[in-house]
Amino acid sequence: MSWEMVMGLEVHLQLATRSKIFSGSATQFGASPNVQADAVDLGMPGMLPVLNEEAVRYAVMFGLGIGARIGERSVFDRKNYFYPDLPKGYQVSQFFAPIVCEGTFEVPLEGGSLFPVRITRAHLEEDAGKSVHDIFAHETGIDLNRAGTPLLEIVTEPDFRSAEQAVAYLKALHSLVTYLGISDGNMAEGSMRCDINISLRPAGSDELGTRTEIKNVNSFRFVERAIYSEYERQADILDAGGSITQETRLYDAERNQTRSMRSKEVANDYRYFPEPDLLPIVIDAAYIDHVRSALPELPGAKRERFVRDYGLTEYDAALLVPNHALATYFEAVATTSRAPKAAANWILGDLSGALNRSELTIESCPISPERLAGLILRIEDGTLSSKLAKQVFDALWEGEGEADEIIAQRGLQQVSDTGALEALVDEVIAQNPDQVAQYRAADEAKQKKLSGFFVGQIMKASKGQANPQRLNELLLKKLQGQS
Amino acid sequence: MSDTALLTASASELHQMLKARAVSSEELTRLFLQQIEAHNGSLNAVLTVCADQAMADARAADRQFSNGEGTVLTGIPLLHKDIFCTRGIRTTCGSRMLENFVPAYDATVVAKLKAAGVVMLGKCNMDEFAMGSSNETSYFGPVKNPWDTRCVPGGSSGGSAAALAAGMATLVTGTDTGGSIRQPASLCGITGLKPTYGRVSRLGIIAFASSLDQAGPMARTAEDCAHMLAAMSGIDPGDSTSADLPAPDFSAALTGDIQGLRIGLPKQYFNDDLDPAVSEQISKALSHLEAAGAKLIEIDLPHSHYAIATYYVIAPAEASANLARYDGVRFGYRCENPADLEDLYLRSRSEGFGEEVQRRILVGTYALSAGFYDAYFNKAQQVRRIISEDFRQAFTAVDVIAGPSAPGVAFQFGAKQKDPVSMYMEDIYTLAVNLAGLPGLSTPAGLVNGMPVGLQLIGKAFDEGTILNAAHRLQLDTDWHRATPDMGGRAA
Amino acid sequence: MPVSQDDVEKVALLARLTISESSLNEVTERFGRVLDLVNELNSINTDSIVPMSNPHDMTQRLRPDTITREDQREALMASAPAQEQGYFLVPKVID
Repeated sequence: MSWEMVMGLEVHLQLATRSKIFSGSATQFGASPNVQADAVDLGMPGMLPVLNEEAVRYAVMFGLGIGARIGERSVFDRKNYFYPDLPKGYQVSQFFAPIVCEGTFEVPLEGGSLFPVRITRAHLEEDAGKSVHDIFAHETGIDLNRAGTPLLEIVTEPDFRSAEQAVAYLKALHSLVTYLGISDGNMAEGSMRCDINISLRPAGSDELGTRTEIKNVNSFRFVERAIYSEYERQADILDAGGSITQETRLYDAERNQTRSMRSKEVANDYRYFPEPDLLPIVIDAAYIDHVRSALPELPGAKRERFVRDYGLTEYDAALLVPNHALATYFEAVATTSRAPKAAANWILGDLSGALNRSELTIESCPISPERLAGLILRIEDGTLSSKLAKQVFDALWEGEGEADEIIAQRGLQQVSDTGALEALVDEVIAQNPDQVAQYRAADEAKQKKLSGFFVGQIMKASKGQANPQRLNELLLKKLQGQS
Repeated sequence: MSDTALLTASASELHQMLKARAVSSEELTRLFLQQIEAHNGSLNAVLTVCADQAMADARAADRQFSNGEGTVLTGIPLLHKDIFCTRGIRTTCGSRMLENFVPAYDATVVAKLKAAGVVMLGKCNMDEFAMGSSNETSYFGPVKNPWDTRCVPGGSSGGSAAALAAGMATLVTGTDTGGSIRQPASLCGITGLKPTYGRVSRLGIIAFASSLDQAGPMARTAEDCAHMLAAMSGIDPGDSTSADLPAPDFSAALTGDIQGLRIGLPKQYFNDDLDPAVSEQISKALSHLEAAGAKLIEIDLPHSHYAIATYYVIAPAEASANLARYDGVRFGYRCENPADLEDLYLRSRSEGFGEEVQRRILVGTYALSAGFYDAYFNKAQQVRRIISEDFRQAFTAVDVIAGPSAPGVAFQFGAKQKDPVSMYMEDIYTLAVNLAGLPGLSTPAGLVNGMPVGLQLIGKAFDEGTILNAAHRLQLDTDWHRATPDMGGRAA
Repeated sequence: MPVSQDDVEKVALLARLTISESSLNEVTERFGRVLDLVNELNSINTDSIVPMSNPHDMTQRLRPDTITREDQREALMASAPAQEQGYFLVPKVID
């Protein structure tokens, strides 16, 4: 039986505000336990929430970024359940009326096509604290530093049919939120968490099968693997005539399989009701316009602009855009060097290679955009031959100074002067009469091959500094007997 | 002035004496502390006494007066209901759950009154988590009504009302979610006001029902209440539900002039269910107001009989969530040797909470649960709007709505224990006012068989001034508010 | 009886309360009385009435995104029933 997988994704995004969503505690990662948990975060008696304006703004920015309808009047609700890292015994979330309503997010797939994902809604809520199980022998430790950090929960329709699409969505989401500056979007650090709802159905069917929810998958690679392993598991059961239990499962990376979550056995009735300590958030058209006018250029628009204004290929643009820092780097190089295609080639080629080998990110790149542009300028204006460019690049990487300094210091200046080149050609021709004779006697195809010998000799004599194009012109003329 | 006179004087009267240096705050404080010591054993109105801090505050107040400073509340002895968090001072909320809880912060109301110069003597007993109308649900034992110690003082601010009536303080604070200031004020013969929802900050007040709770003043006179309310009011950025309105000088509204004041009398309040003796006192009170120039107009609050059902869905539902934080993890009562997490929760909560609290948590949880939300919680929220609309409609024709504060006088202990609903009926006149978020007060309206009766005055939203002024008028024309229980003839 | 003992036990579990065997009957009976009271709501028509959460239909104020609270751990954890190395402790939870 051929099974089609149907998936919806729920992403919890930590918003990068300075303070928490309902209290003035810091959100900084990595503090000692409970030093960033004030009385409101701890749910102490008598404490009340007050809403952080930046969290609202970030949510609206996200909504506008995906072209969604913004909820004019959104409401907070209490989601009630007991767990030690949930101090109040309820999570303040949005159930009935979210701040961001339906929208469509165009996700670029590898190969260049766009895959439309329907976003059902995105809502604000507070994060819970952390339970630590491995420090104390018989107890679990509760750290509430994270409790109250603002989250944006983004829910999609079950539009995904493959792991590839799911991963592409997550990557595009990461790109969008880093562009907007609303979140680090870092899966490994937990600022972007993904839950996958997956069910199978016979290929061609319209009905939805029973779904399971996979939680706690914290990298793009694991998302892919988790999806495949859960697909296999469900397919095996269905093939054997069994049925899928609706449940929550955890992905175990070591065993590459999902397993049932024990703690979710007790069915949870969340008893959502409007949070009486908070009032409806009213967002008017003026506010939306204000936020929209301050939006940075988004990945989609930047991709289009790179292709249109810089003449890049869709492929290259798609590689440069997702990482905001890289895109910015590219533009700086492209603008200064006035050679965007060359800039793209260098960045996607040698620079990326060097960064990967040294395990550096573009933010810590030892070559500034100005310096890379400097290199490209010298290639473009003929000062430096492409053969020797790599040498200069390596020197730039080692921090040996500007391109001009390196070229001068190492005497790498390309020889383009006709007179100097002529002299070189003449010398090599004079020194190799047999090859010249061979050349003159050969047919066109063989001549092409033989000219390489002369080019090589001249390059050697000039220490690689001969301008290849000029050289070829002159050489051809001289070999063919024209002076 | 004799000691008794000092113990029963209003804050305004004491202020004159303090200003004139005829008495010092230190002397007053000592006097009230002695009164507490003498009578609290029998009344059980006060849970915690802060003698040292009180004396220090009193001395600071006296220094103010000697500098020619000092406002109307400076140096006045006050007790806080034990629902207000007080930094460094045990705050129990009448519950085993918080028996040893010492907050690291003051409630905004506490801070504001402190800034106004009051001398805090201690914390008052109350129904557990403010759930009750008789102060019989307190973990720390019931409070006795000083008018008749076989009787309840009302609740949930029973300790506050009893303490004031017994002369243990000049001012007390209470909270009111369904009548918990007004009903005990009525049963103890004092003046108590529940402000408009949002008038006073809820920050630092242990929450019962978030959309209904309000803190308010309880005192011997409407004038004292006006002064206290002014000090307690004002927007608090830490409470999203506090209204963005300045705190008016409420005492400026106390002109005593109620000429042409239109007082609405809901026919639903004055039906055959009303005890005839209570009804008679209420009529007398209304006659006084009429004689002073007010107009009595019959009005209709057609959905008032739904108030109790509405309240007993919304309040328990909100409370069920507000009390979920009491889980033995971060503060409060924890059971001994919990076997696992579930055991920790189940036993800490079942042992920490009393019967009435557990019952309301169950009711509230039920009303919110899957399949019942629409029929109960959502429905109740809709009826709430209808009830609120009834008031709004009525207030297009009248300025104030009047009626009894409670269906009867103070009843005996245990009289309403059989059926929880019989206790709930105590608040039949007060509940709707919280649902609509309106201000309401109770002012003494004489005695029936030696036990106090209260007249309730309900005002338009944020119009506390009008009801305070009407109560003030009544207090100028009668001396019902001056009546005090006989404390001397009782064994300490 | 508007509610069964079973119903009451289910609700109790949701609320993390235990009811002893001996009191279950009485608790259910009294709970039922309250339900009888609130079931009166069934008799009123509320079609197209907007539910009221806040009596003044206020809307939410926003606060600026500034850090206003520094480390208060010591003061706030002073009343913790069980703590170690800055953590609140509960019996070990297995996920």
